[in-house]
Amino acid sequence: MADTLTLGGRTFRSRLLVGTGKYPDYPTMVRALEASGAEIVTVAVRRVNLDRAKESLLDHVDPKRYTLLPNTAGCYTEEDAVRTCLLAREAGMADMVKLEVIGDEKTLFPDTPALLSAAKRLVKEGFVVLPYTNDDPIMAKRLEDAGCAAVMPLAAPIGSGLGIRNPYNIRIILETVKVPVIVDAGVGSASDAAVALELGCDGVLMNTAIAGAKNPVLMAEAMRDAVTAGRKSFLAGRIPRKLYATASSPLDGTFF
Amino acid sequence: MEIVVNGDPRGVAPGSTVASLLRELSLPATRVAVERNREIVRKSEYDAVALSTGDRIEIVTFVGGG
Repeated sequence: MADTLTLGGRTFRSRLLVGTGKYPDYPTMVRALEASGAEIVTVAVRRVNLDRAKESLLDHVDPKRYTLLPNTAGCYTEEDAVRTCLLAREAGMADMVKLEVIGDEKTLFPDTPALLSAAKRLVKEGFVVLPYTNDDPIMAKRLEDAGCAAVMPLAAPIGSGLGIRNPYNIRIILETVKVPVIVDAGVGSASDAAVALELGCDGVLMNTAIAGAKNPVLMAEAMRDAVTAGRKSFLAGRIPRKLYATASSPLDGTFF
Repeated sequence: MEIVVNGDPRGVAPGSTVASLLRELSLPATRVAVERNREIVRKSEYDAVALSTGDRIEIVTFVGGG
């Protein structure tokens, strides 16, 4: 049976979701997206630049090939986040959104009361809401109860590359909610992504870890492999951790 | 008459509509969303919605982001 990720009724083969920000140039981004194997890519909603006819992101990311996931990055209020989602939908996107309501510009941690409130409104408006949230199992449950199609706890602060700082909370979230759990933000290297999947997460979303690497295309490939390996490792069922050794070779038949 | 587009004042001909503004700015309607005085203008209404002096227009699109 195919091992797939289902979000809002849509099925995806890749469990890696990637951002489109901070690449040195469009050609690098295009090659990195291809190497990542991602089917869902995040985009931000901003004012059109009227001063110069700049290249558009949409000239480089084919919406027929990728599912574009508009985010509400930079929104500090429920109002701005909801407004951004409504505009994204009007601009031609489907109704799946990555909802973030930022609480503080130094940490970029979510303002979870505003997040929950925005999620409720957007679910009512018919959106498939994927919320960026804390690694807090209670908030994850509240978001699931509000009708979110997944919960996306952070591994560490956005862009920090610190990896999964609280794997135990991520495990509790996995036990707490039935919707997909996607680790969003804070991943730095391929091993971080593998750990997320090994914990049992349904996917991982990253931007800076790939875009900010010295070789973004190679890192995208590494992330694709790590997500695949981590998922297989989870499905295979790891051995229990033990303090002492257990011999791998037979103890019988020794001649010494 | 003067309106405000993405925060900057801009003169447009009387009788302008959202559609004519987008044409003037060479923006494809398929890739943007438009707000007029904080209310979303549906794409199907771009031809019908006439602009008035002082209107605050926001035109947004998608850019790279995480």
